[in-house]
Amino acid sequence: MSIIEEKKGVSNVKVVTANEAVALAVKCAKVDVVGAYPISPQTSIMEYLTKYIETENLSMEIVRVESEHSAMAVAMGAASVGARAFTATASQGLLYMAEMVYWVGGSRLPVVMAITSRAMGAPWILGNEHTDVLLPREWGWMVLFPEHNQEVFDTIIQAYRIADKTLIPVVVGLDGFILSHTTMPISIPDQSVIDSFIPKDVPKPYALNTSNPFTHGNAVHSNVYLEFRYDIFRTIEESEDLVDQVDKEWEKLTGRSYGGVIEEYLLDDAEVAIVVIGASSGDAKQAAKNVREKYGIKAGVIRLRSIRPFPVKRLSQIASKLKAIGVFDRNMSPGLGGMIATEVKFALYDLKDKPIVQSYIGGLGGKDVRIVDFEKIFTELKEIVDGRIGVQRVRWVGLDLAAVDSYFEEV
Amino acid sequence: MTSIKQLPYEEYFLAGNGSCPGCGLTIGLRNVLKALGKEVYMVVPASCSSVVQSPFPNSSATVPLLNTPFAASAAAASGMVRALKVMGRDSVVMVWAGDGGTFDIGLATVSGAAERNEDLLYICYDNEAYMNTGGHRSSATPLGTFTGTTPTGKRENKKNIPLIMAAHGIPYVATASIAFITDLYDKILKAKDMKGFRYIQIFSPCTPGWLLPTEKSVESAKLAVQTGMYPLFEIENGIFKISAPSKAYLKKEKRKPLTDYFKLQGRFKHLKEEDIKLIEKWVDEISEEYASMDGKKVV
Amino acid sequence: MRVLIPKSKPSKGAVGKTGLWRTSKPVVNHDKCIKCVICWAFCPETTIFRFQDNSVDIDYEYCKGCGVCANECPVNAIEMVED
Ligand SMILES: Cc1ncc(C[n+]2csc(CCOP(=O)(O)OP(=O)(O)O)c2C)c(N)n1
Ligand code: SF4
Ligand code: SF4
Ligand code: SF4
Ligand SMILES: [Mg+2]
Repeated sequence: MSIIEEKKGVSNVKVVTANEAVALAVKCAKVDVVGAYPISPQTSIMEYLTKYIETENLSMEIVRVESEHSAMAVAMGAASVGARAFTATASQGLLYMAEMVYWVGGSRLPVVMAITSRAMGAPWILGNEHTDVLLPREWGWMVLFPEHNQEVFDTIIQAYRIADKTLIPVVVGLDGFILSHTTMPISIPDQSVIDSFIPKDVPKPYALNTSNPFTHGNAVHSNVYLEFRYDIFRTIEESEDLVDQVDKEWEKLTGRSYGGVIEEYLLDDAEVAIVVIGASSGDAKQAAKNVREKYGIKAGVIRLRSIRPFPVKRLSQIASKLKAIGVFDRNMSPGLGGMIATEVKFALYDLKDKPIVQSYIGGLGGKDVRIVDFEKIFTELKEIVDGRIGVQRVRWVGLDLAAVDSYFEEV
Repeated sequence: MTSIKQLPYEEYFLAGNGSCPGCGLTIGLRNVLKALGKEVYMVVPASCSSVVQSPFPNSSATVPLLNTPFAASAAAASGMVRALKVMGRDSVVMVWAGDGGTFDIGLATVSGAAERNEDLLYICYDNEAYMNTGGHRSSATPLGTFTGTTPTGKRENKKNIPLIMAAHGIPYVATASIAFITDLYDKILKAKDMKGFRYIQIFSPCTPGWLLPTEKSVESAKLAVQTGMYPLFEIENGIFKISAPSKAYLKKEKRKPLTDYFKLQGRFKHLKEEDIKLIEKWVDEISEEYASMDGKKVV
Repeated sequence: MRVLIPKSKPSKGAVGKTGLWRTSKPVVNHDKCIKCVICWAFCPETTIFRFQDNSVDIDYEYCKGCGVCANECPVNAIEMVED
């Protein structure tokens, strides 16, 4: 335990999975209403919450609905009258919920949702992949992506702070199985710290009430719909500083912070860097250290903590000092590249001294990505910088072309 | 029983709204809100009611109103009810949904909320088709009816949602009609003070969708009851009771001829003798069934 | 950061003066009227004023001219006339 933590009187350390960390954070955030529907690897979040409610006499309501669409509808209904609302899902569940997710984004309601990342079918697949978590970035939500269980807990609390402030709902993504089912120690701040960070008893002018009635979400003429969307765009765009600031304020209270929108690792003198999100960042960091030692490559890691707001400002500052960036995407935009790589390229295109950007796709459906894979990315980036190999639209990590030939049938 | 003169003066749904002339749903909504008063939250899925309430930045509703996607209203209302409970606010939550949002796309959601016995009042205004999209069949559309997607007449009978709702074991199910406004008003008053999931289905003519002259909406709703096309009843704690306006029409000889009802509406113009026979058979069967259920515990 | 949200407020005439939609208008014959307020109860538009003595009048600014009131009046005290 750090000195700051001791000073702040924080002593509650628990060894938990990231799913339990989510559930604990939801309890500590004093969420009023939860919409619950099971899907792996998210299910245990709801099991923990139900257990807390039934054994600890919480005043939280958990609505065990008949679909994810309804789970998000429950969260929306609750948030619309000013309650603190939460739900969680993954994969197929998110797709089934999609209509509601978009609607809540348009509704400007401060809902927080955890997505334990998982690939989507067909075919049926349980393994980890980030495509699901990234989808709501186009749906009017903020999307944050912590690296480990402690950060998962802290990010859920930070998410409520950001959502309450901006009236933009927030997704907190966490790596399915890799984090959701792995235990790590986390430290839980005093309840009073959390209460002061995300107070509930504040005016909520956005909430429906019978004394000052208004209508929420009715039709709008096309001459102002663009302005509705603009205002969501603007608010998310302007939130880059807010995400930084909220993380710093959290540090003041708990001694923990994560770099705000981006965690920068060994970037001071770096020539090449990997952009990565979530739990594999640890491996990428290890690889950066290794290639520095082994080959003297000046390698660093840019861990995106925030995908929406997309940290255009900070990324530009970092990138202008780099020669090449490899974006490792555990997702894909079919036929084009990694989803984050396409955004990185968009964000950096106008930079005067922009680095080369190479898109890497791997780890889909839970396929292993190891430290050596990240080391290889660094060495390739170095070769690209040195002009020994060229940039490809996409470089695949761990792709087994022989398997494609042997299992698939030509028709 | 409330008389017409006893209906409150207060209006909660304002003039100058987006409904078509003669719209049945607004007759229903106006009087439902009179019964509920101002301590009510309304939840409305995609439907004609999304348009009738008028567009941003205005609204014709003077009670708080949450719009939701098509299938989501019963779940959004569940979240609202639970939130109000936690926050210690004591208001009625009312879903105001069309037949499409209830019988079809929203059925799983409605069934889920009913099975959980959420403490809310679910009202389905039944205009027997998807009117918002321009008049397309729903499972509430009666046999033989012309709609944009049943150009030669619908092949299937209307789905019996009130009995399906009753089978959930909820405390209150009722059918009502905009033509019997005090019967409707009293059913809402009764349901308002009950706890748990309450389902009320209101027959609500649609003038353009039914190819019905605008002045005939109430008249046609009255005929729907008098011909046995739309029996009014309550199922309170499992006990079935035919409502007063329908009492006389359970007997075939008392019922008005179906053609009295059909001839007002263009949506039935194409019906042939044999189509009418089939519909009559359905009316006879359902009336007999309801007569045999009257006064009995049915779930 | 400025946080702005859309809100739709209750207002009469939310889609404008719907009286303009009318092709014929209801006219109450107060001599015939028996003050049963049936027309008021069934008006889809909330455009019949009901007074304390149960006499009625039409709000022509918003009345859409559907004719339901005339059709339902038990003593034919409302006539629809060309507008
Ligand atoms: C998911 C989805 N599918 C289709 C639609 C298009 N849609 C809007 S309203 C509607 C029909 C509504 O019918 P009903 O519930 O009977 O209400 P009514 O319009 O008759 O009042 C449809 C199909 C939609 N809004 N959302
Ligand atoms: S289409 Fe029918 S239900 Fe819809 S507003 Fe017009 S009359 Fe009413
Ligand atoms: S014509 Fe229709 S809208 Fe006008 S007052 Fe009569 S019932 Fe109301
Ligand atoms: S319905 Fe006819 S008699 Fe009754 S109040 Fe209206 S105008 Fe008068
Ligand atoms: Mg309908």
